[in-house]
Amino acid sequence: MSDHHDAAHDDVLPDAPHSTFKGYMTGFVLAVVLTVIPFWVVMADVFESTGVTALVILSLAAVQIVVHMIYFLHMNFRSQGGWNMLALIFTAVIVFITLAGSLWVMYHLNVNMMPGMMQDPWG
Amino acid sequence: MLEQLDLTQLIFGRLSWDAIPLHEPVIVATFVVVAIGGVALLGALTYYRVWGYLWKEWFTSIDHKKIGIMYMVLGLVMLLRGFADAIMMRIQQAWAFGDATGYLPPDHYDQIFTAHGVIMIFFVAMPLITGIMNYIIPLQIGARDVAFPFLNNFSFWMTASGAALVMASLFIGEFAKTGWLAYPPLSGIMESPGVGVDYYLWALQIAGVGTLLSGINLLVTIVKMRAPGMNLMKMPVFTWTSLCTNVLIVAAFPVLTAVLGMLLLDRYLGTAFFTNDLGGNVMMYINLIWIWGHPEVYILILPAFGIFSEVVSTYSGKRLFGYASMVYATVVITVLSYMVWLHHFFTMGSGASVNSFFGITTMIISIPTGAKIFNWLFTMYRGRIRFEVPMLWTIGFIITFVIGGMTGVLLAVPPADFVLHNSLFLVAHFHNVIIGGVLFGLFAGITYWYPKAFGYKLDPFWGKMSFWFWTIGFYFAFMPLYVLGLMGVTRRMSQFEEDAAMQFWFQVAAFGAFLIALGILFFIVQLVVSHRRRDQLRDTTGDPWDGRTLEWATSSPPPQYNFAFTPRVHDLDAWWQMKQHKYRRPEQGFKAIHMPKNTAAGIILAGISTVLGFALVWHMWLLAGVSFAALLAVAIGHTFNYDRDYHIPAEEVERVEAERTRMLASHV
Repeated sequence: MSDHHDAAHDDVLPDAPHSTFKGYMTGFVLAVVLTVIPFWVVMADVFESTGVTALVILSLAAVQIVVHMIYFLHMNFRSQGGWNMLALIFTAVIVFITLAGSLWVMYHLNVNMMPGMMQDPWG
Repeated sequence: MLEQLDLTQLIFGRLSWDAIPLHEPVIVATFVVVAIGGVALLGALTYYRVWGYLWKEWFTSIDHKKIGIMYMVLGLVMLLRGFADAIMMRIQQAWAFGDATGYLPPDHYDQIFTAHGVIMIFFVAMPLITGIMNYIIPLQIGARDVAFPFLNNFSFWMTASGAALVMASLFIGEFAKTGWLAYPPLSGIMESPGVGVDYYLWALQIAGVGTLLSGINLLVTIVKMRAPGMNLMKMPVFTWTSLCTNVLIVAAFPVLTAVLGMLLLDRYLGTAFFTNDLGGNVMMYINLIWIWGHPEVYILILPAFGIFSEVVSTYSGKRLFGYASMVYATVVITVLSYMVWLHHFFTMGSGASVNSFFGITTMIISIPTGAKIFNWLFTMYRGRIRFEVPMLWTIGFIITFVIGGMTGVLLAVPPADFVLHNSLFLVAHFHNVIIGGVLFGLFAGITYWYPKAFGYKLDPFWGKMSFWFWTIGFYFAFMPLYVLGLMGVTRRMSQFEEDAAMQFWFQVAAFGAFLIALGILFFIVQLVVSHRRRDQLRDTTGDPWDGRTLEWATSSPPPQYNFAFTPRVHDLDAWWQMKQHKYRRPEQGFKAIHMPKNTAAGIILAGISTVLGFALVWHMWLLAGVSFAALLAVAIGHTFNYDRDYHIPAEEVERVEAERTRMLASHV
């Protein structure tokens, strides 16, 4: 019934993607570029409105996350037998619920309870 | 600040002799008792020369079974502390009416209800749940240990370190007076300048490291280390609910760490995340902490659901009714638990749209939970039920939890919540689900798996005594709180005006608390009596209950390596199926088994963390700096330890297995 299977600690991951020098360098350069742009945007006062600046920084941060996942964490649709993808989808759902919910809730709370804070949010 | 910086302050920070609460007779008496007990315990350990044994076999052990048992010991010890707080509150509230002010000054009472909540959730329920998961998961999935054995030991000691800080606050300084979630601005530096909130924050941050790491560890264990053949839909239900719990831990605890971290920055560095002025927003704290807090509720209850599922199907002698629906219900609860957090602050001022959305999601969550209740009932239906103690806890749970669930749905209706929020009705509700759900589940689980862990069953007479006193005591202690809540009594009050009608219900509640005290006492009696009668209660087969899952396939207690050969799984109830097919244990052909080696790094790192936390609480910057440097040094040093594994030789495996063969043969 039980066979001579002793895999508990000797698991090698057959589908772990190979990391290459080129891959790390691409990731590194992209990460640097994506960090320098927000820095420049803030330091050089590129946009009139702080709201636009914040949006630019946030969207570049989102791209940065994807760069890290692909080049440094070696994630793709097939790695670890799909577990990585499943975990990513779950995380995305939870992050979306948390962020969207918090924005919605906090907007309501601020409007109703702290109207003083709500003047000109994008000023 | 800088000009006052002298050497004493650098070393001792805020700590001085004034911090010892000599003016509180209750605390002094407690301290005397604890000191005598502690010295007696340490003396006994030294006298019987067990320190070396404890250090080598337990404290530095990275065997998931021993770590599991250490978690259970931690949880049960802290249960005594948390319950002592509870009964003190019950006595105070039953007494302090009219001119009588009771025996606890408000200042002390506030610390007690805070400590009670913090300890019961973080240092009783969490360690007990983690302990059972630690012990059972690798056995249920046919693995030899968890995925990261050293990390497991480290996680345990970090949890213990947090508990130690909370305990230290009883005698050195004070604990938070803010309630168990420490809402700002009350917990901010302006309103709470003392060390209480700092103790709270650092204890939870340190214990949080342990919880998060153990969550990752068990998650990876379940995903990567299942025995061949055990696909996801052949996993035992307890493993399934544990998987979901650990997913929730990994997703939710970082939020707690972040929000407590921001409060720490507010208190230590003068930032303004949760202040009243300078653009801070206290409501954000409440929003964020409940984004962690609601999943936390399911982190506790899901493994309990798993335990009940195992218990019901074992003692009914039937396959679990609706396994697939049980799994889907668990997954649905996992996701939904993230969509209901606002129901903890309906009254904070959200509009009708927000409140109705979260009210409805909250009510929806009762659907998968209700499905589970029916699954358990249908499993029992036409089963050959054996009313062993774990089954009693399960039936007690089903009745009690349904009541708690219904009051929960009631509170989910925002207009009702506007009347009942912050009242004793709420307190009654969450004790109803946490005691009736989590605690009953833990007792069922402890009684069910005790023979697996220690090799003998628990004495059923004292188990039944404990069950009845707990259950009846629970109804006496908490049903009056529903009544009082409907009468309008708010929570966290230490004194009341003269009101005989109200006092009566508080006295009934206090009576109930004493019944529960007997329930706890009889549980301890049960452990002692069972230990003394262990030869009559011995489990020689490894399968005392005619079980269905893989943990019953090995001996009780299991050998260090759990399974000499990794089992191959063909069915949902793997061990049941093996028994049906007249499974024969392999008795030869053993091989050397590769195992991880014990290490002291975990306990040392956690010990330094305790010192660091204590130093930060008291602003002892010198000690904090030194211990932080030491923490880094030990952590880096440990990475150079390459001596991490060894092989149990084949002869040793053969000897242990031959021993088992003899044991099985001698007791047919």
